[in-house]
Amino acid sequence: MYEELLKNIAIDDERIVVMTAENRALIRNLPPVLGKRFIDTGITEQCMVGAAAGLALRGRIPVLHALASFLSMRAFEFVRTDAGIPNLPIKLSAFIPGFLSDGNGPTHQAVEDVSLMRGIPNMQVFAPANEQDLAIMLPEILASKHPAYIRICHRTTSFQHQKHFEIGKAEVIAEGTDVTLLTYGFMLEQTLIAAEILRAEGKSVGIVNLRSLKPIDEAYLVDLTQKTDLLVTIEDHFVTGGLYSIVAEIFLKKQIQSPVLPIALFEKWFKPARLQEVLEYEGFTGKQIAERILGYHTESIQPHIVASEFAE
Amino acid sequence: MNEVKLKKLEQTALRVREHIIKLSTDGGCFVGASLSATDLIVYLYTEFLNLNSSNLDDPDRDYLFLSKGHDVPALYGTLVEMGVLEAERLQNHLSTNDHIYWHPNTQIPGIEFHSGSLGHLPAVSVGVAMDLKISGSQNRVVCILGDGELNEGSVWEAVMVAHAHKLDNLIFVVDRNNFQANMATEDLIPLEPLVDKFEAFGWEVCRIDGHNFLDLEEAFADLPYKKHKPSVVIADTVRGKGLPSIEARADRWFCNFSTVEIEQLLQELHGEHTTTLVSETLVVR
Repeated sequence: MYEELLKNIAIDDERIVVMTAENRALIRNLPPVLGKRFIDTGITEQCMVGAAAGLALRGRIPVLHALASFLSMRAFEFVRTDAGIPNLPIKLSAFIPGFLSDGNGPTHQAVEDVSLMRGIPNMQVFAPANEQDLAIMLPEILASKHPAYIRICHRTTSFQHQKHFEIGKAEVIAEGTDVTLLTYGFMLEQTLIAAEILRAEGKSVGIVNLRSLKPIDEAYLVDLTQKTDLLVTIEDHFVTGGLYSIVAEIFLKKQIQSPVLPIALFEKWFKPARLQEVLEYEGFTGKQIAERILGYHTESIQPHIVASEFAE
Repeated sequence: MNEVKLKKLEQTALRVREHIIKLSTDGGCFVGASLSATDLIVYLYTEFLNLNSSNLDDPDRDYLFLSKGHDVPALYGTLVEMGVLEAERLQNHLSTNDHIYWHPNTQIPGIEFHSGSLGHLPAVSVGVAMDLKISGSQNRVVCILGDGELNEGSVWEAVMVAHAHKLDNLIFVVDRNNFQANMATEDLIPLEPLVDKFEAFGWEVCRIDGHNFLDLEEAFADLPYKKHKPSVVIADTVRGKGLPSIEARADRWFCNFSTVEIEQLLQELHGEHTTTLVSETLVVR
């Protein structure tokens, strides 16, 4: 789906160049279609980003593919210096961020990527929740004049997103007065499960998909504090620099006091395993999240979590 | 090369060196690295590149990238001599009123991309060369690197990628002045045999005296050296070239001279006498 969408956009727009540092999982079928506009630089994340800057100087819109950990960290200074400083429209498609690296181990865990990328002036940061969300967001992201980091989650889910996407706007899935769950990316799946359990326990629950992390929907978040008793930030990211930090920065700036419960990784990498087991071990299943919020155990049943599609 | 042209190049290079010396006070600049690259930069702009004051934004132009960045005073001086940059702007060196500082930036007309962090522009120039190929352009990309810069792993990523992608429109020029920041390259991270290194990576190599315009003319006469292969010119140069009192010295990289010393150095440049530098303002970074 991602591949098909990118292919169609690239066929229509000669400016698009698809690049990869030999991570072809999402774009395996594009080389014959795009010809010279498909560039594989080999395992050279730094060179790929620098070369993307050169291509962008010539008017191209490079869309770069690599694992999130390597794109955000190995190539960090190139992203900051060659995409950020000149504000070039280089788009970083970062695979298997957060828990999606499941069994790879800490080398592959991008759990600080939001923190790093949002710290770069001019950089926009997006986190689609699944394949459909990504498809809704991608055309806008590619059309933006700024560099962008896309925390790719392309899992297939049955959830139906609102079709409208605007950079800087949250997707408000539900509003509730007792608790509002704020999340992005892969964790939306578990957040939806948590919300069901909380509702079954009689809570009025809001759910917000913060698919645009930078710019973020500041006005909505501020407004939310008047409408709900507790905010919970749910993210497969270190607590430092991610959504919890973003919310804290906004509330501090606006001098708002509001209870916020962070569900995130605290000063440690996660246990590498099959995705289902990672979530259970780390306490990030929907059921575990709901029970942390409630403060007691429930009889609810945690649905099975579909395994990841590929490993690199 | 005829006598007239040679004389003209030498005169231009001399004036560029004067600009560099004048920038090396009141805050200073990387004077040693700038003087070693001066003849290269002057030659490339005035003789080789399809670049002049009227085509700087034309997509159909050649590209020059200054990767080591410390040598930007030589580029400022050259751009002044080309009529691209107003000479008065050099008075604004290190002032917040302008954008003239220790590393290149795109606020200066003629500068294609900022640098300062080593090992970036080889990759950026690879990207431009790739697009020239995709677009079917015959233009060329030159990237000037420092020899110390070759320590950076990202340089060799770009070297391998350029070879893999057969970028014969790409030319690296290594300013081989034998020094990196604090010491001789061969005393820290030895680079020799440098020709063999590039050849082993699939590049075509030419090694020349980077202060000899006849050598430069020959090196840039017939590029690429081989079809489908990127080319590298290793230009043997002298750090601080033109000023015997600072030439080939490890401690004359970044210099902040007194105004009196500047006057003496300008006289030294014109061969009058060697300056005795006693300045307490000498800074090594």
